[in-house]
Amino acid sequence: MSGPILSVANLSVSYGRVEAVRNVSLEIAEGSIVTVIGANGAGKTTLMNAIMGVLPSTGDITLDGKLLGRSLVEERVNTGLCLVPEKRELFSTMSVEDNLRLGAYRFGSGAVADGFRDVFARFPRLEERRRQEAGTLSGGERQMLAMGRALMSKPRLLMLDEPSLGLAPLIVKEIFHIVTDLSKAGVSILVVEQNARAALQVADHAYVMELGAFTMNGPAAALAADKGVIESYLGLGGGKHN
Amino acid sequence: MNGTIALFLAQDGIINGAIYALVGVTLVLVFAVTRVIFVPQGEFIAWAALTVAALEAGTVPGTAWLLLVLGIATAALEVVREGRRLTIRRVATMLGFDLALPAGLLLAVIWLAPLKLGLAFNAAMTLALLIPMGPLLYRLAFQPLADASVLVLLIASIGVHFALVGLGLVFFGAEGVRTTPLLSGTFPAGPLVVKWQSIGVLVVTVLVLIGLYAFFERTMMGKALRATAVNRLGARLVGIPVASTGRIAFALAAAIGAVSGILIGSLTTIYYDSGFLIGLKGFVAAIIAGLHSYPLTALAALLVGLLESYSAFFASAFKEVIVFSIILPVLIWRSLASGPHHDEDEEA
Ligand SMILES: Nc1ncnc2c1ncn2[C@@H]1O[C@H](COP(=O)(O)OP(=O)(O)O)[C@@H](O)[C@H]1O
Ligand SMILES: [Mg+2]
Repeated sequence: MSGPILSVANLSVSYGRVEAVRNVSLEIAEGSIVTVIGANGAGKTTLMNAIMGVLPSTGDITLDGKLLGRSLVEERVNTGLCLVPEKRELFSTMSVEDNLRLGAYRFGSGAVADGFRDVFARFPRLEERRRQEAGTLSGGERQMLAMGRALMSKPRLLMLDEPSLGLAPLIVKEIFHIVTDLSKAGVSILVVEQNARAALQVADHAYVMELGAFTMNGPAAALAADKGVIESYLGLGGGKHN
Repeated sequence: MNGTIALFLAQDGIINGAIYALVGVTLVLVFAVTRVIFVPQGEFIAWAALTVAALEAGTVPGTAWLLLVLGIATAALEVVREGRRLTIRRVATMLGFDLALPAGLLLAVIWLAPLKLGLAFNAAMTLALLIPMGPLLYRLAFQPLADASVLVLLIASIGVHFALVGLGLVFFGAEGVRTTPLLSGTFPAGPLVVKWQSIGVLVVTVLVLIGLYAFFERTMMGKALRATAVNRLGARLVGIPVASTGRIAFALAAAIGAVSGILIGSLTTIYYDSGFLIGLKGFVAAIIAGLHSYPLTALAALLVGLLESYSAFFASAFKEVIVFSIILPVLIWRSLASGPHHDEDEEA
């Protein structure tokens, strides 16, 4: 087994004087699914944005053995990192097809046909709606489009920020099913969730985040059986976030 | 007024309308990508005409010096602003694009202008001198404000306009120019005598419009520009270098402005400050179309051209007033039709 595809060491992120992520370290083994669970406001989104380069941070982020330093978002995309953000950030007035096409921006138009084939195979619904404006899609379809757009860039590490947010249970199931499929196809995945139950089911390894710091980590199955985790994240209290 | 005069006025109006259409669609383009209402677009037009005139006279156009000044200013400001964050690659780009390119063009024009190489050379040199000004102006004035509101960007835009008019006076002087038509001669069409140059203006306008359509609808780069306008963060996340989309939009604006200036120079006398009124009429057209639609803007521009032409005949003292006052009913209608919260949507 090769080294980790991503390793984060002592990462801190501040909004002005408020430190939202404190001294966080994390590793993702190549081809694995890692999840970060935590309550609303724990700092999960902030962590993802810092890894993507959308937010400035201190500490080291290493992708494939190479330090990312101050590299720009587009440079990170070009090295195979891709974030599906919490708010999806689709191009709402453009067609589904154009949204996907732009996902392949780093390869140019030559890679589009190939990417379409792969994405439409995973998300047949998107093919049905390919000429529709992205802004007119349902919540589940928007999440699929956001994931499809990310897949067009052929990421090696795909980061999903709350993929189940606001979706009906059936669609959540479908989305996590696709996440597992992607992982089998060799894509490493970092998924952040308030919906801890679903995330722990698919993940290999899990981190628990509280108030900007990791309080616990271990194999996902072990955390799912942990009494503290069950009480805080998997009981009725955790379930209501769905 | 008899039929012949009416037709003559219509011809005049359509030609001017075509120029306003070029300005209008440029304003829509720049606004869509950068949210800047680019008041100084007219300056590109005036400067292009003045550049062609200088080259025809065998002298070095002021634009050659202006470009160098803009290059130095932009590079200097970026060094101050970025300081240690500058990478070697950025510095190399700045040396090449901001300093070497303008200096090279200046030397070339000092050497070649006295030879009076003719129309094609003059047009090509004018494009070469004008196009880099677009991205330079963007970096100088607008890129640092990329996240500011539309109003702040508009204020910056007005500031740039005044600065450029001032620079225009310094570099070109107050004298008006008229250039040789690219296409000379006329042909009769019924009771009218039509200039070939007029046909040229129309053809070029239509070609530019088709070109823009193809660029934004058919190419990855064009779609990336649109995407950046729709959702900047989304665009960053798919790897579009959003900082460069603004530069590309401004380069396109400068290019279209230069083409308009090359066309219009032989149709009317151009002074260092003639750009403003031309720009403002294109702006009226763009506003009528809601700063949104290219075909509607072109149509509105035609309307503005015709209105101007007929009002020049009937009430020549009031022609500008009449043209600019048609914006009022449109604005009122728009604000009534859209309700109070619409502005926010348009900015997003
Ligand atoms: N743009 C911002 N400016 C200031 N504080 C922010 C901003 N975004 C998030 N925060 C704060 O940072 C903390 C972590 O937020 P976030 O990363 O969104 O948490 P999560 O994704 O786990 O819900 C919260 O306390 C939140 O209020
Ligand atoms: Mg979040």
